[in-house]
Order: sequence, then C-alpha cells, then structure tokens
Amino acid sequence: MYVAVKGGERAIDNAHAWLAEERRGDPTVPELSVAQIREQMALAVNRVMTEGSLYDPDLAALAIKQARGDLIEAIFLIRAYRTTLPRFGSSVPVKTAEMACERRISATFKDAPGGQVLGPTFDYTHRLLDFKLAAEGETPTAPEGEARREPTPHITGFLNREGLIQTEDESGETPPDLTREPMELPAARALRLQALTRGDEGFVLGLAYSTQRGYARNHAFVGELRIGTVAVEMDIPELGFAIEIGEITVTECESVNQFKGSKTEPPQFTRGYGLVFGQTERKAISMALVDRALRWKELGEDDQGAPAQDEEFVLMHCDNIQATGFLEHIKLPHYVDFQSELELVRKLRRAAGAEEVKEAAQ
Amino acid sequence: MSDYNFAYLDEQTKRMIRRAILKGLAVPGYQVPFASREMPMPYGWGTGGVQVSAATLTPEDRFKVIDQGADDTTNAVSIRKFFERTAGVEVTEETEAATIIQTRHRIPEAPLSEDQILVYQVPIPEPLRFLEPRETETRKMHSLEEYGLMHVKLYEDISQHGAIATAYAYPVKVEGRYVMDPSPIPKFDNPKLADCPAIQLFGAGREQRIYALPPYSDVVSLDFEDHPFEASKADHPCDLCGARDSYLDEVITDDRGGRMFVCSDTDYCRTRQAQGHLGAQLAAKQEGAA
Repeated sequence: MYVAVKGGERAIDNAHAWLAEERRGDPTVPELSVAQIREQMALAVNRVMTEGSLYDPDLAALAIKQARGDLIEAIFLIRAYRTTLPRFGSSVPVKTAEMACERRISATFKDAPGGQVLGPTFDYTHRLLDFKLAAEGETPTAPEGEARREPTPHITGFLNREGLIQTEDESGETPPDLTREPMELPAARALRLQALTRGDEGFVLGLAYSTQRGYARNHAFVGELRIGTVAVEMDIPELGFAIEIGEITVTECESVNQFKGSKTEPPQFTRGYGLVFGQTERKAISMALVDRALRWKELGEDDQGAPAQDEEFVLMHCDNIQATGFLEHIKLPHYVDFQSELELVRKLRRAAGAEEVKEAAQ
Repeated sequence: MSDYNFAYLDEQTKRMIRRAILKGLAVPGYQVPFASREMPMPYGWGTGGVQVSAATLTPEDRFKVIDQGADDTTNAVSIRKFFERTAGVEVTEETEAATIIQTRHRIPEAPLSEDQILVYQVPIPEPLRFLEPRETETRKMHSLEEYGLMHVKLYEDISQHGAIATAYAYPVKVEGRYVMDPSPIPKFDNPKLADCPAIQLFGAGREQRIYALPPYSDVVSLDFEDHPFEASKADHPCDLCGARDSYLDEVITDDRGGRMFVCSDTDYCRTRQAQGHLGAQLAAKQEGAA
C-alpha cells in the first residue's frame, strides 16, 4: 500500500546537517580559515568578486569556504547577499590611466612609456607540478625594485594620436544598471559590458575563442593588459566635490583589432574592452574579444551569423547564476507535467495502434 | 533573519514589483518586464513567484505553498519556510483558509474566492518561445498580435498526431488579445484560469517578467472548431479518496507493473478523506484491517 511521502522538512534539515559535515571534511585535518582562502586562493576570490559584482575579498573567501570550493555556488552566495545591500550612490568612473600597475603588457609595441611589466604571472612558468608546495613552511620572497612614480599612459592613446584607432566618444550619460533594471534588447554597449563582466568566465572564454577560430574573426591583439590598483571616488553632494573612498584592484584589457573599413567607417584599428575585479586576466581578454564581436552593427560590419555576434544569444546566456539555476531546476519534481505527457503519449499510441489494426483489416 | 525586511525584499523593490503587478493587471496577459532581484534561492526554483508573493504579502495574510499540487514537496516546504522566517506570516495547507497561494504546476481543485491571490511560478513566460527563440522577435509578434505561428504549430500537431500534442503549459488567449503561457500546469487545469474570482499573478524571475489575470478574466485555451480543446486527466478515480474530478498522479507501487492513482492536490484529497470519501485502495486496506 502506498503511503504519501511526508517529512520533506526533516529531510531538508538532515540534508543540510550532512552537507555541513561534508564541508568540514576530515576533522583531524585543520580547518581552512577565510584569511587563508583570501590570501592563497586569490584568483578564485577574484573570480567570485567579478562575477558576483561585489568587491569584497573577505566575503568572497567566506563564500568559497561555504560553497566547498564550488565557485559558481560562491558567486551565487555573493549575488544574493549583494541584492540586500542599500545603494548609497555611484562612484565617478575609475581612472585606469592613473592605475598603479602591478602588471602591464602590450603585445602591439615592443616598448612604450611605462614599459612592459610582467608582474606576478603564470605566463612563463613551466607547468610542472611543484612537489615542494606539498611540504609546508616555505615563505618565498621576491626581489624588490624601485617603484616607478610616473604615470603609465594607455597604449591605445598613442595610436589615437595618429587617428589610427577609432575614438570612443564620452556620452556623459549615466549607464544603466543591469542589477536594477530589466535587460532590454537591443542593449547599449555599457549594458553589454556589464553583462560580460558578470558573465561566466568559461562561457565568455569559449565565445572569445570561437571568434579566434573564425566565427566572426576580429583579428584581435592585446593592445594592452594592465593590472593594478585604482582609486574609487565618489561625489559627495554636501561637499560638492569627489573624495576617494577606497582602492580596488582591477584588470583592464584593451584589444586592438585590425579593421579594413566598412561602408560607414574608414580603415582603422578598432577596440574591444574588458574590465574586471582583481587579477582576472583570462576573463578580461575574453571579454574584450566578445565585446568587439558584438560591435559589428555600429561599425557597419556584416553579420556573419556567428554566436559571438549575436547579442541576444550572448547576453541572455552568459550569466552562470541564471544558467545553473534553470539547468538544475529540472531536478525538482515534475510529475504533474510528466503525467500529462504520459497520458498524451498513451493516447497517441492508442490512436496509432487503432489505425494500424484498421489498415491490417482492410 | 531579523536583519532582513518584512518578506525579505526591501520596500523599494517591493514597490517596483507592485507597479509591475498593477500594470500586468491593467493589461491582462501582457508580460511586464521587471528588475528581478537575485533571491537567496536559485533561478528556476520559484524566484519569480517568491518575489511576487513577497510584494503581495501583508502581516495578516495566511500563506500556502504547493508544488505539483502538494504542500509537502521539498521545494514547497523550502519556500513556505522562507516566508515563515522572513515574514513571520501564518501558513496553512488548507486551500480555503489561505489568502495567498503560491503554486508551481497546479491550480488547486477547490474553487478559489475573491479574497484570494494565486501566485504562479513561471519558468518560461513566453508562449511563443519554442517557436521563436528571440525575445526581440516575440515581443514584436505580441504587439502586432501576430499569432499565426502558434496556430500553425497546433495545426501541424493535428495533421501529424491527430491531436494537439501539448499536454501542459497549454497556450491561452486572454480577453481576446494576448496569447499567454499559463505556466506548466496540466491542460486539465486550463478551464480554472477563466472566470476565476481570485487574482492570478504570474512571476518569472530569471526571465524578468510578471503578468496577471484580474478576477473573472476571459481566458480561452487555443483550439480549432473541429478539434476543440479537451481538459484531460488519467481516466481513473483517486485510489485514496475516490474523487473522479481531480487531477491524478500515477504512483508506481511495485516492480510488477503495479500502480495507483492519487490526487495531486494533497489538501483536496485529505479533505475528502476526512469527509468520509474512500478510494478503492484505502477502502480495501481498511477492510483488511477490520
């Protein structure tokens, strides 16, 4: 005899208790502190801050701990927390030209004012497992040099002087806020860039890669990649001027894209742009390539029908919190709709069967 | 959870949602874009319904949550608990006692009243989505009342299968104007959408849309004169309460093909059993025990 399943509430509570136990793992192994994650899993923290749209390394580290290292789950925790925060206002645009750079490279010029600064990069490491890291207790030190005090101007600025690169006009408009207004298409570039910054690193990377392989190829060079700290300033109405309220680390990528010109635009270099929190350079470069691919309309290029050119396809599917929620919801009970399908299929089969019998009799 | 505002969302957000709800009620069946918030539960798990409920709840309300018609399915339990914690409202499993009912995939069997609001969780609000994936296109189609594609799809079903092969989320036309997705309710429930005394609100969180049916709306399931709409269910009475008029879930009871049919609306079934109605299997069990 069937008895309806009861006790969903107790099952949920017990599942949560089990989860907490699993999160801690073997209790004889020391527990990870939030500070350890913040300091030693910094690139994971950066990704969570970027896609979570909240600059707070401690909270991001906490989210990673709570999520057992599942970064999308951690991003979700940060987003859900962020929504509850009051809005005091918005900062003035950060001046990335005044960035205190830790890393700054250009693939388009051998040298330029400000120089090439490799910074803390994996780029030229040989990917050999370092078994020394399995042993604890080492505190590596890096040689130190004199900090450069001069500003590090943007590489694209040099091209601009010759008129070789398309200029970006400052519209002066307040950009829309993706987290406060529903997405409306077609989207302005400011909105597209917001969506890409928050977009899933893997998804944006895949799309960027597809442009390199010929799906709306846009001949991108990394004109400049810079990572460092910038001041965040905010206009205080009572004061009548902007004051610095803090400092954040960001990665900025400007791609320089070859462009033969179109019906509406002369031959010149064009740009793609990426800006993300922390050192998150794979994402910044990917973002710049996808941004450039999405600009085909304003540059009078042809629509090649490539996924990376399709604004609606990209913007509606790049958010991993939306994607994972909807994907995973198919775990929820669907027996009512499934039942209606069952009956429909049975009915159609009965009808088809009767048809066959009739034909056989004829 | 005292750190959060009543029903979790801040008042500004609730106002924004209420405006969307009012617009939806003013233009029945029209999908109103709204700035859906990130909720502390995943998209696709009822965030639209939760936001609509949060914007609609008052401290005096009695709240009921069902998923697949049942109050005790895990996600219904989870959503009910969320509002118990964040709004402290009274909750109930009785359809008639509830003032707001949040539902996923069902309309309760018991008739609703003018004092009630039914809040639907909606995964894909766009009835034309699987015919045309682009939102930019489907919005245009709605504004031009260009629904030919939908009729062609239904016609193709008939020519291919001899019947309209849509069993749930069966499209309806509201007040002779907008074609609307009633959320994935079985088409058995479609007739209950029409002329309903309660307010019906539909929330799609991930897709950022709210739409609504004011009380006593004209809601017609799309069909053809020679292939009229048919609300279907398993041709069987409930094995627990004997109801012949309720939507049934099929339950597999053993590995030898044994199965039974029970009301998907758990409150309806329980109420009928309390009134002395007995289904075949429950009657057999009681006889065995006597």
